[in-house]
Formats: sequence, structure tokens, C-alpha cells
Amino acid sequence: MTQLTPILSKFWDEPQSYSLATYERFEGYRALRTALTIDRKDLVQQAKDSGLRGRGGAGFPTGMKWGFLPPDDGNPRYLVVNADESEPGTCKDVPMMFNAPHMLLEGMIITSYAIRCNHAFIYLRGEVVHVYRRLMHAVAEAYNAGYLGTNILGSGFDLDITVHAGAGAYICGEETALLDSLEGRRGQPRLKPPFPAVAGLYARPTVVNNVETIAQVAPIFLNGSDWFASMGTERSKGVGLFSLSGHVQRPGQYEAPYGITMRELLDMAGGVRAGHRLKFWTPGGSSTPIFTEEHLDVPLDYESVAAAGSMLGTRALQVFDETVSVVRAVSRWIEFYAHESCGKCTPCREGNWWMRQVLQRLVDGQGEEGDVDKLLDVAGQILGRSFCALGDAAATPVQSGIKYFRDEFEKGYHTPAAELFPPEASVLFAKESVSR
Amino acid sequence: MAHGHQPNYGSQPIVLSEPYPEDTLVGLTIDAAEVVARYPDKRSALLPLLHLVQSVDGYVSTRGIEFCAQTTGLTPAEVSGVATFYTQYKRHPNGEYTVGVCTNTLCAIMGGDAIWDRVSAHLGIGHDETTADGKITLERVECNAGCDYAPVVMANWEFFDNQTPESVTALVDSLRAGYSVSPTRGADTVATFKEVSRVLAGFHDGRAIEGQTAGPATVVGLKLAKERGWAAPPAHHSGAAPGSGGSTPSQAQATPAATPEKTVGSQDTPSNAPHDKPGTGEVRSAGETKAD
Repeated sequence: MTQLTPILSKFWDEPQSYSLATYERFEGYRALRTALTIDRKDLVQQAKDSGLRGRGGAGFPTGMKWGFLPPDDGNPRYLVVNADESEPGTCKDVPMMFNAPHMLLEGMIITSYAIRCNHAFIYLRGEVVHVYRRLMHAVAEAYNAGYLGTNILGSGFDLDITVHAGAGAYICGEETALLDSLEGRRGQPRLKPPFPAVAGLYARPTVVNNVETIAQVAPIFLNGSDWFASMGTERSKGVGLFSLSGHVQRPGQYEAPYGITMRELLDMAGGVRAGHRLKFWTPGGSSTPIFTEEHLDVPLDYESVAAAGSMLGTRALQVFDETVSVVRAVSRWIEFYAHESCGKCTPCREGNWWMRQVLQRLVDGQGEEGDVDKLLDVAGQILGRSFCALGDAAATPVQSGIKYFRDEFEKGYHTPAAELFPPEASVLFAKESVSR
Repeated sequence: MAHGHQPNYGSQPIVLSEPYPEDTLVGLTIDAAEVVARYPDKRSALLPLLHLVQSVDGYVSTRGIEFCAQTTGLTPAEVSGVATFYTQYKRHPNGEYTVGVCTNTLCAIMGGDAIWDRVSAHLGIGHDETTADGKITLERVECNAGCDYAPVVMANWEFFDNQTPESVTALVDSLRAGYSVSPTRGADTVATFKEVSRVLAGFHDGRAIEGQTAGPATVVGLKLAKERGWAAPPAHHSGAAPGSGGSTPSQAQATPAATPEKTVGSQDTPSNAPHDKPGTGEVRSAGETKAD
């Protein structure tokens, strides 16, 4: 049986886990001292050797991303940490930043050194004010301790970090929309290429990495790339935070090697809500096709989840039991995508608007014959035809929901979802168990 | 600051505002200079500047838009275009407290819809509306990254976890009565909308060390690992350069560091998602490594 491996979460239960003093007690900033003495090329190579892949959902190899930057021309290059955590179900970066902000900062300093960046940014979503306080506090502590500023630890390397708060827009989690937003614009995605590695922030070479990705950097350089690569699976190396939510006994953060299964995680979490059974779940947030009971033994690594027809995404494992209407769930997700569509491209802007109407009438039990096929048609027109991944993401819950639960959608032609699945049976604070 | 021409504010009626009093303008100008100095390019200061305007006016006012435009060298129309994109920027005077009920799928199903119905009826207002006493602006919010504490309610962007209709009506009643309230994870008390807006503009309020942020769900895995004696495999800090060359005997089970698969064709066109192919599915867990 797979076991948990707390690395990022190792000291989250310490009082003042967020402080520099606590972090230093847990070997904080030791990797930095070593890294600053190593040739930059070797650091990038070690990142590649570790097998670390982006933890923000796409799983792109991190060392390779760093290696894409063109040769140094003496002008600025940037590291931007994507802390715009907003994918429905995803709740790993907020606890990371709340409780171990220095681990993120140390990773940023090492990464910045490796890619020759002297000004790095954290783009934090604006709706988590206390996380922002914690990050600003940690940055101030790091400056005072000489881990930031000029001539860091006598190495001759200079780095400033600016923590920047967004203002409420899911699309800013898309890396090029994030860059536009950080430049003071509406958060709309850019055409790629050029990729941020070539023309990112202020059209300069830029690395954009997720919070959890960068937080892994210090442990990797402290313990060795082979240590990291010894965990996980052949192609999905290392560990990650698996976030269980919904109808489970003990929801929360479970840090485990890649390849752990949902069955194992559910067992650790005490199983599905007492007296109920699993109906469907998302492996990586609402943008990843849903899974059912038949997928409980799929190893949660990029390749196995893809082979089973979904995506590992952000390991946001949202659990829904048999009381839940799939139509209601999917309808609400599409409301979200329609609300968050930036409006730049037609398939996403219009397609989500239409899917929302159709899904609402199915929820209300007033669907029209053919609505299910209409949904599939519209979703198919969005998927692969949108400017960025938000459109594709919106198509997936519709397509996968219908794939596994088509009959439920068709019942929406005549019966409201609330009649088929009384919502009060799903709520967590129900005083009496309401059974159907 | 002239208001002679109506800027493009979209479909909402414009709330006109008087020019800033001189001392307010002096304070804003000093703060704005500090914000601008954080960035290589002054346009990047726009989002924090709009938060700063809200910290003074309680919303994005016409005079605030013009202040931002002058500070960044943009036109008021450009500033307005940015402000209208983001949900945290308010077009009308906001309540002292924004209470946001998460009604995205997971929270909605776990109870967010029931909470919304109750609190909306209790206050007699709907989405993006403010109580007559100016205390509460009610919102349906999207996922706020606290799903392991569903249903989640945010009050001025502090976390109220595992909420019920009763707890949220009590919350809004307390806020309206002027009592201080404590978030589940966050500062000791919820600050006002204007105070929080100033923090979001990047100004310390000295409250970072307040409060408990590692709730039960945050440390549930850590706790279980400790109970069962699970940990990541040991590593050796030889002081030498870590990496593929630094492998030590006790890591015998560690496979040699593998080069990541070459998943993209050329270096100038990286794809966002690597080629997905089935892996072996084999898991080398910490426990197996520990057993040696």
C-alpha cells in the first residue's frame, strides 16, 4: 500500500509554521546556500533530472521549461509564480502559502538564480487577503535575513520579489492571461507562440511556474534530484498534494507519491460519507473529465489518468455521492465557465452561454428532445476551437457527464433534477439523513 | 480632474464623485508612488492602484479612475476597461463587509445553495446588492480554494469554513450589529472592506502573524502520516552538490535520475501539456524505500 510522504506539508502543524525561524528549524534556506555555489547550467540539469513536472495542471517538465529561455542578453528576464489558484476543487496552494511561504520563497530564489532573473513576482489571486499578508510578511523577513536583496549570502546575486494581488478572474490562472493582468491589462490570453520563455512579461523571457512546482525546488536541491525521482512513477516522478473534498469523511490535503490510487486515498480519508456510496469524482478539478467507481484503481499519475480518459490536472479530488445530480453539478460548472470566459474568442464566449441555457432547462426538467445531443454538439464546437484551455475545460464536464450518465440528462426533458435528487440529501449539515 | 465627459463604464449607471480633497490626494499620491516603484513598468501598478482607490472610496469611483489614469499614463477609458474586467472592483459603493457564499458546484452541493437561499432571504438582498445600512454586500462567489472546508463563505476575503445557514445568518447579524467576527482561517478579526482593499494594494497592516491557518483538513494527511510512522524516504545531506552525481549507498533503491521524456518537437514551440502516454503505473512509495 502506498504511504503518505509529507515534504511540503511536513511542518504545517507547527505553531507559526509560516515564520522564518520555523522554516530554518526545518532545514530552510540550506538548499539555497548550496545552490548559489553551483553552476547555473547544472541547476537546470538537476531540475530536469529530478523529473519534476508542473504542478499547476498541465504537467510540463519544469527543468525543460527553464531550459527554454534564450541565452542571456544582459537584459531582464523574469520568474512569475502562478498563485491564482481558482480551478474548482483545487485547494493546495492556499494552505502551502498560508503555512509555509518561505518554502515557496526559497524555491523562487534558487529558480531565479538558475535562470538569471533579478526580479521575480508572485501573482496571487486577490480573494485570499490573509495569504497575501503572510506572503508579504515572509518576503520582508527574507529581505531582513539577507535571502533577498543585493548580494544574497555573499554570492553577488541580486533578487527582488514583488507579491502582486489580482482582483478576481479565473482566467488569470492561464499563464499568458496572467502576464497580461500583471502588466495592468484585462486578463486575456495571448496567442502562442511566442511562448513566455521567449516573450513573456514585458515581452522578455519569462518562466511561469505554479506555487507547488516552485515549492518543490528547495527540497529537490536539498535532498538531490535522484531522491525526488525515487518517488512516484516512471514518468510522473515525485510527490504532490492530493486534495480531497466533498462527500468524504476526512477531506483535506494528503501529500503522496504520484501513482497512488483514489481507492487508497479514500481509505485514508475514512471513505465516502457514512451511509453513502461514491457516484462520481474529478481527478483534477472541474476541467478534467469526471471519473466513476470503475476508476478507483487508476494510478493517479499523468499517463495512467490520461489513458483512462481524463487528466490528472491539479489533483483536486472532488467526491460526490449517490445523492448528487450530475446534471446539477455539470450545470453549475458551466455557469462558472460562462461567468469566467474572458470573451476574447467566440466558441468559448458563446458556447458556454448556450450550454448554460440548455443545462438550466434540463435542471428544471424542461429540456427539449435532442438537448443532450445539442449539448454534445456545442461542447464539440468549443473543444479544440477555443483560444485557450478554458474553452476545452468547459467542454469536458459536459462530455464526460453525458458519457457516464446520459440517462440522467435525458430525464431532464421531463423531471427536475431536484425531484430526482433532492438537494437536501447532499448537504453536509443535514441533521437527519435524508434518503431517497 | 474633470468629469466633463462620461467615461465608458459599461451598462451600469455612473456614480459621479467629487474631486479628492487636497489632503486625501496627497496621501494617495504618496501611496501610489510606492506602488509604482514595485514594478519595472508603471502600468503594472494598475491593479494594486485600483485596490488602493477602493481603500479610500469603497469602490472604483470616477475620480479614482482618473487618478489611476494620471498615475499610469493611461486614458480613463483604458483604466475603466481594466476595472470592469475583474469582479473585485466595485462599480458602486460597497458595503463595509462583502459576504461571499461559494455557490460553485462542490460548495453549492455540500450546502452553499441552502446557505445562499437562507442568507439572501434573511438580508432581503440578492447577488451584488448591499443592505440599506451599508453594512453588507452579498455575493455568490466562485471557488475560493477552500474546497476541503466546504461549504465555504468568505467575509472580506477571509475564510469561514464548514458553514451552515445558521452560522452565516449569525455572521451577518454580528457584522451588522458592529461586533468583530473571527474567521476560521485568517486574521484574528475581519477587517473592513476599505482596510482589506489597502492590504490588497500591497500595504502591510501588521496582521500577518495573527490567526490559525492550519485547520484540521490542512493537516489531516500530515497527522495520519505521523500516526502511522510514514515519511518521505531519507536523504543524505553530504554538503556536496546535490543531484544525479550525489547518490549515496543508502539510496540504493532510487533509480538513476532519468531524463524527462522529450515530449515536444522543438524548443521554440513548447506545448502546454506533454504528450500523454500510459505509464507503467508502478508506484515506488516512501514505505518501500524505508524498508531497506
